[in-house]
Amino acid sequence: MSTATQDTKSAAPPPNDGSPGIGTLLVQSLRANVRQYGMLVALALIIVIFQIWSDNILLRPLNVTNLVQQNGYILILAIGMMIVIIAGHIDLSVGSLVAFVGAFAGVLMVNHDVPWPLAVILCLLVGAAAGAWQGFWIAYVGIPSFIVTLAGMLVFRGGTQILLDGQSLSPFPEGFRKISIGFIPEMGPYTQYHNPTMVIGLAVCAAAVWQEWRGRQQRAAYELDVMPIGLFYVKCAAIVAAVMAFAMTLSSWHGAPVGLLILAGLMVIFSFVMRNTVVGRHVYALGGNQPAAKLSGVRDKRVTFMVFVNMGLLAALAGLVFTARLGSATPSAGLNFELEAIAAAFIGGASASGGVGTVLGAIIGGLVLGVLNNGMSLVGIGTEYQQVIKGLVLLAAVGFDIWNKRRVGS
Amino acid sequence: MNHILEMRSITKTFPGVKALSDVNLLIREGEIHAICGENGAGKSTLMKVLSGVYPHGSYEGDIQFQGEVCAFKDIKASEQRGIVIIHQELALIPYLSIAENIFLGNEHAKGGLISWNETLKHATALLKRVGLTESPQTRVADIGVGKQQLVEIAKALSKEVKLLILDEPTAALNDEDSGKLLELLLEFKAQGISCIIISHKLNEIRRVADSVTILRDGQTIETMVVRETPEAEPQVSEDRIIRGMVGRDLDNRFPERTPYEGDDASEVAMAIEDWTVRHPIDQQRNVVDGVSLNVRRGEIVGIAGLMGAGRTELAMSVFGRAYGRYTGGRVYRDGKEVRTRTVPEAIEHGIAYVTEDRKHYGLNLDDTISRNISLSSLAKVARRGVVNEHEESRVAERFRKTMNIKAPTVFEQVGKLSGGNQQKVVLSKWIHVGPEVLILDEPTRGIDVGAKYEIYTVINDLAAQGKAVVFISSELGELLGMCDRIYTMAAGRLTGEVPRAEATQEVLMRHMTRDRGDEG
Repeated sequence: MSTATQDTKSAAPPPNDGSPGIGTLLVQSLRANVRQYGMLVALALIIVIFQIWSDNILLRPLNVTNLVQQNGYILILAIGMMIVIIAGHIDLSVGSLVAFVGAFAGVLMVNHDVPWPLAVILCLLVGAAAGAWQGFWIAYVGIPSFIVTLAGMLVFRGGTQILLDGQSLSPFPEGFRKISIGFIPEMGPYTQYHNPTMVIGLAVCAAAVWQEWRGRQQRAAYELDVMPIGLFYVKCAAIVAAVMAFAMTLSSWHGAPVGLLILAGLMVIFSFVMRNTVVGRHVYALGGNQPAAKLSGVRDKRVTFMVFVNMGLLAALAGLVFTARLGSATPSAGLNFELEAIAAAFIGGASASGGVGTVLGAIIGGLVLGVLNNGMSLVGIGTEYQQVIKGLVLLAAVGFDIWNKRRVGS
Repeated sequence: MNHILEMRSITKTFPGVKALSDVNLLIREGEIHAICGENGAGKSTLMKVLSGVYPHGSYEGDIQFQGEVCAFKDIKASEQRGIVIIHQELALIPYLSIAENIFLGNEHAKGGLISWNETLKHATALLKRVGLTESPQTRVADIGVGKQQLVEIAKALSKEVKLLILDEPTAALNDEDSGKLLELLLEFKAQGISCIIISHKLNEIRRVADSVTILRDGQTIETMVVRETPEAEPQVSEDRIIRGMVGRDLDNRFPERTPYEGDDASEVAMAIEDWTVRHPIDQQRNVVDGVSLNVRRGEIVGIAGLMGAGRTELAMSVFGRAYGRYTGGRVYRDGKEVRTRTVPEAIEHGIAYVTEDRKHYGLNLDDTISRNISLSSLAKVARRGVVNEHEESRVAERFRKTMNIKAPTVFEQVGKLSGGNQQKVVLSKWIHVGPEVLILDEPTRGIDVGAKYEIYTVINDLAAQGKAVVFISSELGELLGMCDRIYTMAAGRLTGEVPRAEATQEVLMRHMTRDRGDEG
């Protein structure tokens, strides 16, 4: 039966005369990215609703800063989790690993006065080692990731309690705490806005526009279809407007939080890796069809292993950011973080069978959850209802995905 | 003698393909009736029509069983009438017991509660009928394939079978188990059960069958009486059956080929020596057994063999040991021994393998044409690990044009393409790698005639450029039309090497149906 639909489809391809109209291009692009645009629209809607409902508190500079700081560590985890899910796996241990790394940081910095930059490096190494441990069992021994990381979830949680002996550890050095709650220092003459943040905003705009322009030039050079110039300007203007609005909002408070810069850096790096590098391709191929990837020369075991090492590293970073924000290491840190990260990835367009998803999608998914959390708290919805609503949003997002796929008929 | 089954003018069409065209099949009461034909001749389709896998209404023609016209809407309906089919891939649940498997979907239960005593009692009785002494509580996974086959038959008996259909029942069995199975069929015949057996092994057909029907290209060619009485010697020779199976003209289905005229034209590009592979699970069985072959530059060498002959297993094992357990053998490239322990190693030594199963082993169906083509050769479109997407699309675009891949853009999802176009994507992928030796496994399976011709042209071009091509196919006509030399395999062994001039379908079929241990 399936061959029937495939045959009729390929039998009548639309004629390709090389210059499709703006409408066709828009429709094509929308259709190809319906999931991501869908969630972007949903995110915008959620923001508007809570902005009105909360009497304009949601988008106040202070609250936007809060949003970034409250969700930074979940977003970091979501990036790693997205990659794990694209590769066709899952990681249930990241919440425990966040706690474990926090505890380890506490032991180093609070108990033994290790200088914080050194402690940060050691913590990241511990995270990578934990990831390597799990990756070894998954990639080379062949134990399903669900089981290995379920074991990891218990092991790391127990390890946290052993390290902390059931107590919380504080205080952490101020320098360390800055990586989460610090802001970029103000520089230059007094203006109404925070100067460095505005400069960064402008730089981001310039980089984004340049990137778009270069991509366009290259596509033209390779004689591929390019977006009509009018539409191109509209797109660039939209990017500039969004970035500058965000930068101005942050600048009228303390400026950009350090955590935001870390997050933005990760987003750029991992988007690039997943989109543009050979390794990224191999991850997608592996999750999309493991036997085919293997027969195509992808070193499946090594790639799987590296994906988990990376997840461990990011979980450690999230653990550091979380501990720095809280100012203490506690045995119950990071509870259910893995579930939030997994939910963010699926809301952001990951496929449960692997091979599909984008880093940007994970960020959007994480923001949907984050804005929901924050917005619902602002308007006084109790945490019990918050959970119900978040659960339903997850179900709706994935349900929409499946409905959409069936409609397209693939 | 009465006919238990009459299938009249059965026609079954799939989109673009006529799988069965006006097929007739008459089965006499209490006989063993063999059905023969090449792969793709329509045998399995016919049996699926009969058993209701393709429900009434999805085909044309009549089925009359025991004098009544039947319109089965699913397998359950045909089983209720006593028609039971045992597929080539056994449908047993490995971790359930024999008894549980026998009565799966048909449990001895009252109000949803299973009566284990009754189940075990019946199961024991059924096992005795098929000659198994195992306890019915043994897990199916713990008994060999031969015995599993018998469990399937016991399962069929539990449904009060009147017509038993076996699809290649001995393909995975060793001689001893095959012999037992055939004896069992003869016993059933004595008990009045009619039987249809689909088999490639002609000696088995001559041993047990009363009549044989030959299918070719979805049509009934002929029905012959093998023996009038159970004890009589068979009247039909193997050659006679083979002639029926292959008797087809070779018209202009194959493009012309320009011979390769480089200086190294007669040099051996790849040689395999003494290659042996064990079955991944069944450690007793060698799926490839001491195979040696070679292919020269600019040469197309075929490997013929029936299902289960070990052709794919050989290819996949040579290509980075991607199948089974390698137990011995060497690969030479241009006279030097090379290691192909992993797929990247094999690729590095200029070997490419285009898989038989595009959907499961060849393509990432969710991904675009462009990304599928580049996957094996990303280094060629990347600098320092960063993929140049524009270069990648340009390469894909080039293949889309030269290979005539019918898709609006190279950003189309591969899953949406037809089989022929998917195959062109897989071929493009491997051609872009730039290998010296290409192993093509059933490159035209499930592809319409037009696309086949295009793929033949591509293969000829590759040979004309001096590549060495190994062409695995189940379609003998295709091998005869394309290859310079043809190896034949049966039961994991090389059974013959036939140069083009001497190759005919009859000769090949004789080598391919040669059983283990036969010589000469």
